[in-house]
Amino acid sequence: MSVLDSKVPSGPLAEKWTKHKNEIDLVNPANKRNIDIIVVGTGLAGGSAAATLAELGYNVKTFCYQDSPRRAHSIAAQGGVNAAKNYQGDGDSVYRLFYDTIKGGDYRSREANVYRLAEVSSNIIDQCVAQGVPFAREYGGLLDNRSFGGVLVSRTFYAKGQTGQQLLLGAYAAMNRQIQRGKIKSYTRHEMLDLVLVDGKARGIIARDLVTGEIERHSGHAVVIATGGYGNLFFLSTYCMGANVMASWKAHKKGAFFANPCFTQIHPTCIPVSGDHQSKLTLMSESLRNDGRIWVPKRLEDAQAIREGKLKPTQLKEEDRDYYLERRYPAFGNLVPRDVASRAAKERCDAGHGVNKTGEAVYLDFEAAIMRYGKEKAYTSGIKDPDKATIRQLGEEIIEAKYGNLFQMYEKIVDQNPYKTPMMIYPAVHYTMGGLWVDYNLQTTIPGCYSAGEANFSDHGANRLGASALMQGLADGYFVLPYTIGDYLSDDIRTGPIPTDSAEFDEAEKNVRDRIEKLMSGKGEHSVDYYHKKLGKIMWNKCGMSRNAKDLESAITEIAELRKDFWENVNIPGSSDSKNQELEKAGRVADFLELGELFAKDALQREESCGGHFREEYQTPEGEALRDDENFKYAAAWEYKGEPKDAVLHKEELKYENIEVKTRSYK
Amino acid sequence: MVDYDLNGVEEDMSFLEMLDVLNEELVAKGEEPVEFDHDCREGICGTCSLMINGQPHGPDSRITVCQLHMRSFNDGDSIVIEPFRAKAFPVIKDLIVDRTAFDRIQQAGGYISVNTSGRPVDANAIPIEKDMADKSFNAATCIGCGACVAACKNASAMLFTSAKVSQFALLPQGQVEAAERVQNMVRQMDLEGFGNCTNTGACEVECPKGISLENIARMNREYLSASVKG
Repeated sequence: MSVLDSKVPSGPLAEKWTKHKNEIDLVNPANKRNIDIIVVGTGLAGGSAAATLAELGYNVKTFCYQDSPRRAHSIAAQGGVNAAKNYQGDGDSVYRLFYDTIKGGDYRSREANVYRLAEVSSNIIDQCVAQGVPFAREYGGLLDNRSFGGVLVSRTFYAKGQTGQQLLLGAYAAMNRQIQRGKIKSYTRHEMLDLVLVDGKARGIIARDLVTGEIERHSGHAVVIATGGYGNLFFLSTYCMGANVMASWKAHKKGAFFANPCFTQIHPTCIPVSGDHQSKLTLMSESLRNDGRIWVPKRLEDAQAIREGKLKPTQLKEEDRDYYLERRYPAFGNLVPRDVASRAAKERCDAGHGVNKTGEAVYLDFEAAIMRYGKEKAYTSGIKDPDKATIRQLGEEIIEAKYGNLFQMYEKIVDQNPYKTPMMIYPAVHYTMGGLWVDYNLQTTIPGCYSAGEANFSDHGANRLGASALMQGLADGYFVLPYTIGDYLSDDIRTGPIPTDSAEFDEAEKNVRDRIEKLMSGKGEHSVDYYHKKLGKIMWNKCGMSRNAKDLESAITEIAELRKDFWENVNIPGSSDSKNQELEKAGRVADFLELGELFAKDALQREESCGGHFREEYQTPEGEALRDDENFKYAAAWEYKGEPKDAVLHKEELKYENIEVKTRSYK
Repeated sequence: MVDYDLNGVEEDMSFLEMLDVLNEELVAKGEEPVEFDHDCREGICGTCSLMINGQPHGPDSRITVCQLHMRSFNDGDSIVIEPFRAKAFPVIKDLIVDRTAFDRIQQAGGYISVNTSGRPVDANAIPIEKDMADKSFNAATCIGCGACVAACKNASAMLFTSAKVSQFALLPQGQVEAAERVQNMVRQMDLEGFGNCTNTGACEVECPKGISLENIARMNREYLSASVKG
């Protein structure tokens, strides 16, 4: 039997969560006051978990590297949050949301976790409305919905293009209330540098005050890691600049298994790279695919003329355009899931149809939507026989009301007006489905170390559907972890405060100090960014949208060499006992240089194509992903054994008792 | 103040990418880079906070520094970069300031007191007029960057505070605690050492999210009515 026990409760799928909640141990309110919990990361998952744990009566300490919890990168999520409310009456249900999520994840996620996610999804909306989150509403005063990729219902709640911001500010407000009550102590501009284990249990962390450089010890009865994903491994991504894998990676090195590192989401609609100076990529929300049509020129010579600036996209006739998603996937069209849309864009660009100077861009065109909305608006406004200019103007106004902030963002970056000429987009790294392996209780393989939100691996399988990240972050933080953690903590009611002067804390602090000293001692000529960019190039070229054994093998060697070079030669100016952004970056890149190798190793062992993981050797004659359920229907959980190459694979077989495993088709 | 000469700046670079280039050069020379706050680089987290040629977030309107591109400048320009300045925003290092005063204002009352129970009323139980919901949303889009304070000759935080007060005052869920909220938040705002509002409107002009001065008027009304109620 595998060492991995998912602890999924027995019984029928729909009753598991209720049954589990009834059966687990609780901690009584008086005892909760004697228990301390450390929450690392204060985005949607960490923030909502911290607030709820504090409401329940635990003493919570939160840590974030930002200057305020309000700035966590959850804030940048644009499109929306899914919930099976069925307010639209279009046939939605908990089961359908569950089914879509499992199918969207290409049958590589755990049934029971996903069902629970779908089950608590409607609570999220109720909770957020009660907290004053201003969701979009219809004229009748009720909540509005929109559609996202990979589904046939309208279940996405949104607040214009700033849904993540509004939800995060809701969680931040809930945190603030508990900070004011003294139940949360918030440590900002702090970074967790190690996890401390006492008697095999997670009992604290070593953190660095990023302003003073001071190394601090913090203890607790449990540690929650909610520090998001590791997409910055690729250097260029839609992640914020500071996003890192440090907390998860340190937990991994202390015994937490790291699952499915190669499952990365490459989002199809991002603003293309403009040059070597680029530091990050900007997402254009998937919601734009509700109204935008994606195309490239049919003829290679037209594509070339466009790239050379001799032809404008608006001059190309309808019959000379290839709306390739509508052509290949008539049922879902432009709203196919992200992995499918990204691969299709790459396929067209690789075939020479790309439309910007680098040849790596396709069009996202709102012309048809503008004219359609404009015509409808003209009729409902009582304008008979409207001319084209009037229709266009009315249509543009409607598009502006729906996506105004995104269009403005695009114009500022690209310096083109997307109301008049189609947007150019290209896929970019956006989310990581992999992360710390957790059981049904969201506990990692280290007792007392929990993981929530994007940092864990649990719900999205090999591909995440749009508007499901916000759902999972809040479900974990508000409705799951605060209850499951009580089961573990019920054994700690008589433990008392965990001392920080133990040998375990001494050792962890020493290791942290040694590592910082080693980083500062490099006397080479290259900056941290130099190594980060090099790593990013290897990852993107060899572990990106499509992968093959040869490239993955060479990536493993190259990353190991780069890591060695980094530790010998990285150049970090300044000192370690004061604010030092280069040192902060160095610590993060050092972790990426280890994770990158494990990522490639994981991709290499998975000899199938599924979701965002596309192996060129395993595809159908039409170029669709070819899954191998017989041999790879498992979550790959890696155990740390020193060097990444020595990591040991453990398999959690995935059982599908309520869903028939099929080939995913969006045709 | 330190002068730096920089070559190789392209118009498609963002302002912060230009600073990245500068810092790479400094590191290569063995000098310490210029530290500045930044994170999402897409205008939503509110971390970046630079005064550029005397304007918070630089010359372009309705954007943050990270969305500013070098095409807004000319070859050969001298650009003056400073941190946001206010008594309540002490400088931490180089261009980085401490804006935790904003967090403390929010902690004083910027929330609705509901616990996470999993059993609140259904989200659609209370219909909210679309116009009110939209106004609440517009106030809620504040990113807490502090440009309003930096732009204000009095270093007042009225626009920031009023945006949060308004978001909740406009919603039925927020009205229950409205009086207490506005009093607590305003008290904290004053304690932090922010100045008063003299209605010059510089905050609204410089706000990257276009938060309206109407919010300040609404907060004043809320405050007055809370005071009268006692």
